[in-house]
Amino acid sequence: MTSFRVYRSRRGDLEPHFEDFEVEVQAGATVLDALLAIRREMDPSLVVRHSCMHASCGTCGVRVDGRERLACDTRVADVARGKTIRVEPLVNQRVVADLATDMLDFQARLEPVGLPLLRTAESEAGAEPPDGIKSYVRFESCIECGLCLSACPVAHLDADFIGPAALAAAERIVEEPRGRDVGTVLALASEPDSAWRCRDAMQCTAVCPSAVEPATALSRIRRRVAVDGARRLFGRR
Amino acid sequence: MDRMTHGSGGGAGGARGAGDALGTTRGIRAPAPHVVIVGGGGTGGAIAHDLSLRGLRVTLVERGEITSGSTGRHHGLLHSGARYVTTDRSSAIECSAENKILRRICPGSFEENDGLYVAISDDDVAFADRFLEACWQCAVPAKRINRDTALRMEPQLSPALRFAVQVPDATMDAMRMPLRFFATARRHGLEIKPFTEVTAVKMTGRTVNGVAVRDHSTGRDYEIGADVVINAAGAWAGKVAALAEVKVPLVLSPGVMVAIRGRHCNMAVSRLNSPGDGDALVPQRGLTLAGTSSWIATNPDDLGLPQGDVEMIVREGALMIPALATAKIRAVWVSARPLIGEPEPRPRRRARSAHAATSGAADPATDGREPTGQPSPGRELARGMRCLDHATDATPTQGFVTVAGGKATTLRAMAEVTADLVCAKLGLDCQCETADYVLLPHTAWYGA
Ligand SMILES: Cc1cc2nc3c(=O)[nH]c(=O)nc-3n(C[C@H](O)[C@H](O)[C@H](O)COP(=O)(O)OP(=O)(O)OC[C@H]3O[C@@H](n4cnc5c(N)ncnc54)[C@H](O)[C@@H]3O)c2cc1C
Ligand code: FES
Repeated sequence: MTSFRVYRSRRGDLEPHFEDFEVEVQAGATVLDALLAIRREMDPSLVVRHSCMHASCGTCGVRVDGRERLACDTRVADVARGKTIRVEPLVNQRVVADLATDMLDFQARLEPVGLPLLRTAESEAGAEPPDGIKSYVRFESCIECGLCLSACPVAHLDADFIGPAALAAAERIVEEPRGRDVGTVLALASEPDSAWRCRDAMQCTAVCPSAVEPATALSRIRRRVAVDGARRLFGRR
Repeated sequence: MDRMTHGSGGGAGGARGAGDALGTTRGIRAPAPHVVIVGGGGTGGAIAHDLSLRGLRVTLVERGEITSGSTGRHHGLLHSGARYVTTDRSSAIECSAENKILRRICPGSFEENDGLYVAISDDDVAFADRFLEACWQCAVPAKRINRDTALRMEPQLSPALRFAVQVPDATMDAMRMPLRFFATARRHGLEIKPFTEVTAVKMTGRTVNGVAVRDHSTGRDYEIGADVVINAAGAWAGKVAALAEVKVPLVLSPGVMVAIRGRHCNMAVSRLNSPGDGDALVPQRGLTLAGTSSWIATNPDDLGLPQGDVEMIVREGALMIPALATAKIRAVWVSARPLIGEPEPRPRRRARSAHAATSGAADPATDGREPTGQPSPGRELARGMRCLDHATDATPTQGFVTVAGGKATTLRAMAEVTADLVCAKLGLDCQCETADYVLLPHTAWYGA
């Protein structure tokens, strides 16, 4: 048996509270498996978001013992260590109920950047796509899970901070524009609540489940914004 | 028909030409009929889009998050139809047609890198002619690729490769593609209620006229009236039908999926043989998804995970791409196909395998794949969709339709058939417009 302490909240509740559950977990089970077992066997009213079960859709972000994680990508055995596991919703985002957050605010930050879903795929050395396909494509790495925004200490203090995911997306466009206007994206990154607001806490990269490394992307785009600004200042193009 | 209070507004925002067909009585315009869809998977989303475009008022209830059923967790293959050409021709033809339509109406939602069917064993080689002939008959474009060219296209393929066949498979984002249907339908007035579970089907005699629901996000219970209720609850369709005391011949055929770290191919790689366990590898972002298996289950909320399936899937995948044998596993999960039919109970089949003679990698314990071997339980059921009008059941039930089966690839076609039936039931003469209607991007789902 593994003990879980789960955050509960409903519209109309005076205060959110925690509820404890004892769950029998199979070897290899994830925190999401445990939450679904609670919903199935103990409390059908538990609200939790999930879809893909393999770290691709980005819906199941929660905080496990205070740390941002994808519930489907976190093995119970790796976080239990004989103690109670605390599961809470992400912060810096509005809670719908229990563990489900509304991704509206997160997506609103991404929206002006407008990252296309597809990018050029990395290929093995010497790989040649078949006839009829110019170059292989793949989905962007960012799965829009919002873990980075939840973990970001600047976002805690400044609700207007555009946040790590949007800046990492901007950097992807600078890298591979795919028809987007790089100038507009750089202008967005140089606004007051944008790239320069970051304090290099690196928490975004620490929690990113999808190897986006927002912190590295952020420092790259800051450099690019600086170079761009200098160029404009000295009239070079 | 008895009517209860409608959920709320419903929004006839999508009412266009179709609304004119709804008839007037002495100058009073009847409101558009109201349809309630149970289940927010791809099927429910596509039906909602189709009916909203036709001008009906639609409310969709989903007990969890949108796409939290089988839809979010499938393999992510936009089928070309090739997988089914030798076993289920109508599914193959339908997939081939829908593959083209979805690329058109969901631009930017697929990794359009095509698929490769790889021949590794003598048995695969022997199968190839039949496969190519069947592809031709089902209008699935298929092109034979020689070994060296195929290895240049996909350098991680096994050196045991004999040749390959290129088909127009693609990778889809299992959640973001269907989200476009929901987003577009909402733009046309769809009312969506996530975290809202249908707890009862409301009836007067044998006529369904609404549903009772519980909104888990608020704890509130209420009722929604409807002219027709569509049961699109996928693997749960049997449970929802039971609420109306209706039986549907639904069989749950789950399969195990394995997400392997690393993007080991760019094309969807499948075994050039009749459909079998562990025969497909679909790249997705930085992962390679390997699957699947097949058995019969009863409880859609507790499908179990058969011992040995993960090892079998990795082993079969490694026959096509050897690096998978040592790559790390990121996730393992189970998802259920809701299939319509009555299968004969039979024991679970051993994992199939390839011939060690050419691959040098097969486990002797499972070697000796029989070309005529029995498929795993569940595989013999047709993958085609069925739309059941319960008014034609032995004990007729009015106002209630169940749709199940099919594939994520055929969600639009399933919706078209269902919406045609519902409109006919309501006496409406309106055409399906979804085949040419370009959907909003998935990000529109998050717009207010
Ligand atoms: C292992 C596996 C791999 C697959 N791979 C592919 C593939 O690569 N390509 C492909 O095209 N197809 C694939 N499929 C098939 C595909 O997954 C399904 O055909 C498709 O997802 C079914 O969608 P659906 O909307 O009908 O069902 P679901 O997505 O299951 O939707 C039903 C919804 O109803 C909801 N619900 C249930 N009960 C209630 C209630 N009482 N009240 C309210 N809501 C309720 C559920 O929560 C669920 O979200 C695969 C299937 C499996 C099992
Ligand atoms: S369920 Fe998709 S990321 Fe966890």
